[in-house]
Amino acid sequence: MTETALRSAPSARRFSLDMRALSPFIALIVLIAAGALINPDFLTASNLLNVVTRSAFIAIIAVGATFVISGGGLDLSVGSMAALVAGAMILILNQMGNADPSTLALGMAVALVLGALCGLANGLIVTFGRIEPFIVTLGTMGIFRSLVIWLAAGGTITLRNSDLRELYRPAYFGTVAGIPVPILVFLAVAAIGAVLLYKTSFGRHVIAIGSNEDVARYSGVPIWRVRTLTYVIQGLCVAIAVLVYVPRLGSATPTTGLLWELQAITAVVVGGTALKGGIGRIWGTVAGAIILELVANIMVLSNFVSEFLVGAVQGAIIIIAMLVQRSFQRGR
Amino acid sequence: MASVLRAEHISKTFGSIEVLSDISLDLQPGEVHAVIGENGAGKSTLMRILSGHLRPSGGTLYLDGDLVHFTGPVEAEARGIVLVHQEILLAEDLTVLENVFLGREMTRLGFVDDKAMRDRTRAVLRDLGSAIDPDRLVRTLSIADRQLVQIARALLVPHRIVAFDEPTAVLTPVEAESLFAIIRQLRTQGVAVLYISHRLNEVKAIADRVTVLRDGRLVANRTIEGLEPLEMARLMVGRDMSRLYPDKPATHAGEVILSVEDFSVPGHVQDASFVLRRGEILGFGGLIGAGRTELFEGLVGLRPSSGSLRIRGTPARFRDALQAMRAGVVYLSEDRKGKGLLLQQNLRMNVTLAALDRFTRATMVKRHEEEAALDEAIRDFDIRARRRDMLAGQLSGGNQQKLLLAKMMLIDPEIVIIDEPTRGVDIGTKQQIYRFIAELAEQGRSVIVISSEMQELIGLCHRVVVMRGGQIVGEIEEADLSEDAIVFLATGVHEERAAEIAAGYP
Repeated sequence: MTETALRSAPSARRFSLDMRALSPFIALIVLIAAGALINPDFLTASNLLNVVTRSAFIAIIAVGATFVISGGGLDLSVGSMAALVAGAMILILNQMGNADPSTLALGMAVALVLGALCGLANGLIVTFGRIEPFIVTLGTMGIFRSLVIWLAAGGTITLRNSDLRELYRPAYFGTVAGIPVPILVFLAVAAIGAVLLYKTSFGRHVIAIGSNEDVARYSGVPIWRVRTLTYVIQGLCVAIAVLVYVPRLGSATPTTGLLWELQAITAVVVGGTALKGGIGRIWGTVAGAIILELVANIMVLSNFVSEFLVGAVQGAIIIIAMLVQRSFQRGR
Repeated sequence: MASVLRAEHISKTFGSIEVLSDISLDLQPGEVHAVIGENGAGKSTLMRILSGHLRPSGGTLYLDGDLVHFTGPVEAEARGIVLVHQEILLAEDLTVLENVFLGREMTRLGFVDDKAMRDRTRAVLRDLGSAIDPDRLVRTLSIADRQLVQIARALLVPHRIVAFDEPTAVLTPVEAESLFAIIRQLRTQGVAVLYISHRLNEVKAIADRVTVLRDGRLVANRTIEGLEPLEMARLMVGRDMSRLYPDKPATHAGEVILSVEDFSVPGHVQDASFVLRRGEILGFGGLIGAGRTELFEGLVGLRPSSGSLRIRGTPARFRDALQAMRAGVVYLSEDRKGKGLLLQQNLRMNVTLAALDRFTRATMVKRHEEEAALDEAIRDFDIRARRRDMLAGQLSGGNQQKLLLAKMMLIDPEIVIIDEPTRGVDIGTKQQIYRFIAELAEQGRSVIVISSEMQELIGLCHRVVVMRGGQIVGEIEEADLSEDAIVFLATGVHEERAAEIAAGYP
């Protein structure tokens, strides 16, 4: 191939658009347009805010999953972890009993620490045990899930103090300047995640490890530290999602967070992050999470497909997203 | 004589880029036809067109005088044209025989007939002068043996034209000799052999005719008589190549930078001891598998190891590459694609990866300083990239090596260990890399060059240490450097004997 030296300034470099990066946003716009055509109630501020609010849990978890997946890992335990963290947090709050902000702060701190520890456990087993993350997190998924069932004695863990519930309520139902709190939390998490992944050396190292672990090792990247940290970030994101989730229902059950891992992974992949690692897209993940919720919303608002088939449609979306990514890869 | 394969005015474009233009070539039965050219000259593309892997954008192919349009490699293979790929394309977890027959298994009553396939595999391998057990897993074979398995796989089908794409890149001299014996045998059978290589001495030894490509164009088509390697290089590069190696910089003898004593890497290296001086270029010779790569991977903390290591007299021990880099020791892997560069990532990310600390403030990466570093790397190392935002994997082999050099030099190392600096690199780039290595020594850095190309060690190094079977077996001073001396130490036999051994004489 004829190669000519290119020594000029970075000019004339953006003539080819990166379709892989853009496709989730295009899909989002198409979906919004489709929704608007199908039902006039769709394109209202209240409906759209509702959709984004509902997507917040998955989006927050999926931001963490973006780190794990773009670093070449996988975390299947997030749904069970969410249930465990929620259950433990409610139990702590019930123990404390009194309804003042310091109790709530302590409960939240416990949730964050527990989430980080769960992530740390996943990370350490993956890095030091040299076991496939799929297997490790499949195992911890079962462990976390059965721990929450055990804590709940098979039933429901409910936040008993109604004053405390009232105090906590705004974390899900409150608004700041008309924007629901979950959306603000979700945007903050995504923004921090984007800075971390795109602007820091840690983020660079995550991508390097996901791209080729050997090259990273030969380049002096501290593999185990970076990889473990991605799982810790995932755990923290799960805990943050739980902080917003608990006031919604005020309880944790054995089915809390069921299949969230699939939704989170779907959001990440639909967003353009490579499942084999090396490419990470935080804002794509955000778009992916909203797409999943939008699809459900449109299905409820329209009468084309039974809303009981939401899972099937979401499953189809991840497959289509992979096919689209594949076709762009070939074009490169 | 009637040609068996004739290509007329072949051209190939990828998008808007013309990779081949107006190439004509004819191939006689019973001749070895070498195709040479720099990396990116279009040799591999031409080979892929001739063997049906690619369709030409223009021009025609004639097989036995009949116009042919191959729809794919399967059809070309059915017509007797086989290609031995440059890369090893084998399934590592399957056995030798399973690989040899992959996709064309022999069956009996609908079940695979392992016994028949085992016998056939053994026979084909024996013809190639090899006694590899057909039931061994490919994973356990050396690179050279894998290459042989790949050749066996290609030769299994009835063949009239065999194309070898840089077959000796991973072979030791002894193994290369046996490959030449195979090629000569094919020639006497009336098979036409297409042979692509960077190694011009090999081409001189084996080829009957030479076609030279430069920038996708045909430069020359000559018989081998009277065509010397130096002239071939001149044709390939388009300028005089008589000064491939730079002058060796004068060493500041005496001051020892690195001393290694009784250094072992379990399973690969036993009790290696040597010293490296300031401003010195120290070569490490030996056959592939002699433990050179493993020794230095152990040294920089990439493998578990034991033994004593002193830098300027201070004991040191590295647990990972980062610690070695902090002490001023860098290792450039021979496996550029697998261990050196992130092929899926852009040049900027690659060039700063190892020295990222220098480009961060409060852990935030400073993008504009990275861009400046890339500019500098592209300028200083003459990295030729079509676009600035292209991926490392889209660069040619030579430019990848320059990018890897640029990446590691950002650490400003005192000791530079380069493993196979010119593997898969064209001759023009080689010259640049040699000059660069000499400059490193002139700057007072110390360089270790691990190479399987003896000419390179002789032309470049002040001193050459030779390893065999995981041990250091000798050291050759500058005045005594010769191919024969290196081969003798590396194999325990003299070069003529090596050829004889390969040819099957006891």
